[in-house]
Amino acid sequence: MSDLQYKVVVGLEIHVQLCTKSKMFCGCAVEFGAEPNSRVCPVCLGMPGVLPVMNRLAVEYAILAGLALNCRIARRTKWDRKSYYYPDLPKNYQISQYDLPLSAEGYIEIPLDDGRTKKIRITRAHLEEDAGKNLHAEGNYSQVDLNRTGTPLLEIVTEPDMSSAAEVRALAVELQRIVRYLGVSEADMQKGHMRFEPNVNLIITRGGRQYKTPIVEVKNLNSFRSLERSVEYEIGRQIDEFLETGRTLEIGNKSTRGWDDVREITVLQREKEEAHDYRYFPDPDLVPVEVDEAWLAEIQSRLCELPLARQRRFAEEYGLSAYDAGVLTAERETADFFDQAVRAGGEPKRVCNLLTQVGMKLANEKGGGIARLGPSTQAVAELAKMIDDGTVNATAAGTIFAEMVATGKNPAALADELNLVQKSDAGELEAMVDEVLAANAEAVADVRSGGKKAGKARGFLLGQVMQRTKGQANPKVVSEILGKKLG
Amino acid sequence: MEVLSLRALRDNIAAGRTTSVEAVRMVLERIGRIDTMVGAYISVFEEQALARAAEIDGRIAAGLPVGALAGAPVAVKDNMCTAFGATTCASRILKNFQAPYDATVVGRLSAADAVIVGKTNMDEFAMGSSTENSGLRRTVNPWDTGRVPGGSSGGSAAAVAAGLCAAALGSDTGGSIRQPAAFCGVVGLKPTYGRVSRYGLVAYGSSLDQIGPLTRTVEDAALLMNVIAGHDPSDSTSVCESMAPVSDYLADLDRPVEGLRIGVVSSLNAGADPAVVKALDEALAVYRPLGAELIEVELPHFDYAIAAYYVIATAEASSNLARYDGVHYGHRSKQAEDYVAVYSKSRAEALGQEVKRRIMLGTYALSSGYYDAYYLKALKVRNLIRTDLVSAFERCDCIIMPVAPTTAFNIGEKTDDPLQMYLSDIYTISANLAGIPGISIPCGFDGRGMPIGMQILSPAFSEDRLLRIARMYERQTQWHQRRPDMG
Repeated sequence: MSDLQYKVVVGLEIHVQLCTKSKMFCGCAVEFGAEPNSRVCPVCLGMPGVLPVMNRLAVEYAILAGLALNCRIARRTKWDRKSYYYPDLPKNYQISQYDLPLSAEGYIEIPLDDGRTKKIRITRAHLEEDAGKNLHAEGNYSQVDLNRTGTPLLEIVTEPDMSSAAEVRALAVELQRIVRYLGVSEADMQKGHMRFEPNVNLIITRGGRQYKTPIVEVKNLNSFRSLERSVEYEIGRQIDEFLETGRTLEIGNKSTRGWDDVREITVLQREKEEAHDYRYFPDPDLVPVEVDEAWLAEIQSRLCELPLARQRRFAEEYGLSAYDAGVLTAERETADFFDQAVRAGGEPKRVCNLLTQVGMKLANEKGGGIARLGPSTQAVAELAKMIDDGTVNATAAGTIFAEMVATGKNPAALADELNLVQKSDAGELEAMVDEVLAANAEAVADVRSGGKKAGKARGFLLGQVMQRTKGQANPKVVSEILGKKLG
Repeated sequence: MEVLSLRALRDNIAAGRTTSVEAVRMVLERIGRIDTMVGAYISVFEEQALARAAEIDGRIAAGLPVGALAGAPVAVKDNMCTAFGATTCASRILKNFQAPYDATVVGRLSAADAVIVGKTNMDEFAMGSSTENSGLRRTVNPWDTGRVPGGSSGGSAAAVAAGLCAAALGSDTGGSIRQPAAFCGVVGLKPTYGRVSRYGLVAYGSSLDQIGPLTRTVEDAALLMNVIAGHDPSDSTSVCESMAPVSDYLADLDRPVEGLRIGVVSSLNAGADPAVVKALDEALAVYRPLGAELIEVELPHFDYAIAAYYVIATAEASSNLARYDGVHYGHRSKQAEDYVAVYSKSRAEALGQEVKRRIMLGTYALSSGYYDAYYLKALKVRNLIRTDLVSAFERCDCIIMPVAPTTAFNIGEKTDDPLQMYLSDIYTISANLAGIPGISIPCGFDGRGMPIGMQILSPAFSEDRLLRIARMYERQTQWHQRRPDMG
């Protein structure tokens, strides 16, 4: 089998929960973790006689996401009923969009490991209402929690343009970053705000012939890890299955598998694609949605610079490493903070280090974003400037940053108060260097010998001087004095 | 005590000539005495009605303002949700169902100080033309207890005719207000689609359903329309008043329409009973001396209305009724072993024959492979019928035609032949398909003493003119003053 080669083909369906305050078609609060069946009303319970009323903000969020995904926005769209019976669906139909999705024909650009990017085509993105949750408790019955029923969901469908598990993950991460930037979803995996369903198959080449393996849809994945792992697993499994059975793609032999998180394998759920007939038809209770020029323009004005573009700009404009630019742009709040601190006069690299090495750590500990930490962007820029002009060293700056968070004082005052202003007075430092040299004859000898130990010994001596000044000495100046005295 | 019109009764109560309690008591006494025979009501709220009447009387006695209906006893068809009592739709599947909210019209009635004395019988889920499809009770025609009251609002029509309430609300999907009004010799108005809120009306065919009054006089219909018409933010298909203002339907009621042009469609008479045709001819003769001009108009697609209606209404019904599954409320089979059986057995046990037939018809029409041939085709026919009527109304102010081909038929006469039953809707269905208003008013009696109704159709949102046209006739005739002898 050594001549076997294969290409991975993956398309994704992603459900993203939009972060509107109320549900898609009624006034109930969208709230995670509330007492079961406490965020419901006659409308989302599907009581006799109720009628849905469209949540306009959810439509705007969906359009905003569609624009960010470079989609064509429908000027006229409508609502359709999708019929199927399930206990978590009180009306036994779901209000969705069938043949006129709000957005279609777009693409998302995802970063690859080698620094390049790849465009993945978006087939469509439509709005629909979520179902409730069936809770399979102990005993011979199930319970239904309808709090989630009617929550607005954006269903995004991609073309099968991804060719590795890593790309699938990259798309998911990038999409999370985008919807968070736009503020249309919290995209919190733990709360099920993003759910993935990859469709995976392989194009295998063997003995000069091509074979396509049957498509497998893995249902309801709710973490990046399970998404990536399940695709990896499917690749291996499909190769094995092909070698064993020779089965190839046919009409109707797409199967559905679930992900077993513990054993990290996919498990067969439905062998053949059932001939689902959802009996879609336009919902007569809702009127078609007209997206006029003015409304679209107003929504368009809310678009912001998207994360990947920003990451690129941080690298190119500010000379940051791809890694640092990625860290700073992971959350819009951090990127905005960084941008503003730089605009306030902070040297980009210094500001970057302050934020990535100190600020974000403190923010994490406090359990919030950098903007809610306390220090203003001006204060952080100020601190960066103090490092640049030698007023304080990098270590001291970290201490000052933490004190700024704790006390709200400005960095200059804290540097004084904490005695962290660097000593750069050559005369004073020279006396101290002399004392250190006298007390450490061995190290001095090592340096002078110029042997293997010289570098380490020089560092040791520098450290001793810094220690004597309680870190306040300007290491650059000390280093120069040492050089002069030791040759 | 004489059975008064709603208008006379509310004036008498408001003026202190009688009391709400007295009026309600009289109605309750009549219900107690003759409703075992008529079978108009599914539930009667004796205690609550008297308490409410006493409260209204107290306000009147104290000289406080009182609503437009001033404590008059009214009935509501049992497919409109009330937060009190049961809302059954005359179905065993909702036999003990308690709605958690009031339909918008019920709220409006209460706000106008109506006293809701009870909820009336109907064909199960409003599917039928004789009230024989009620799963809970038989209603007979007060003019001849061997005959049907018509349907589906047969209970409301019989209650008004038999003096078991001052006025009632019904709902009309294909003629369900107008046809029973004609069969029982009362006035029945189906308003323009979107004029009256459907919120809380248990849906049958959502794009066709409309609530309207069944009353003794045209004036009473105008009075009730003043109470129930208007935009409702809970119903997305209810029309904004900025687009179609609601008038005071009583204000100009007695002012004849000058230069009235009445459209007649001669070809339609062929299908009707000679007695019906004769009564209609005589009615048209009443209009002539009032300055009306008769204009022959054509409705080329009229004959296709029934076919289109039974595809569209049943398609919508198949989806609207999916929620009655025994999971969240209503009848649940005790024989079910798993959740799929909860669906199938609960529905099999508690839904009636005609409801099942229509669910199956509608499911078929929406199924993949049939959608285009049935549902889509029916929508096209619907458009043609609408266009026919719009162009006819370019030449006339209204169209007059029979309500039904015959007067009330015998109980059991058509139950074995659903198609025959469907055909009796021929004259009423077009108004629902086109969304225009239509009124049925008494215009004579046949040889057996059964009432005959005349139907007047007018353009969308012209209820004010429609009522005036009906009133022109009513002022010249006494048919509406005849009452069945109920002892």
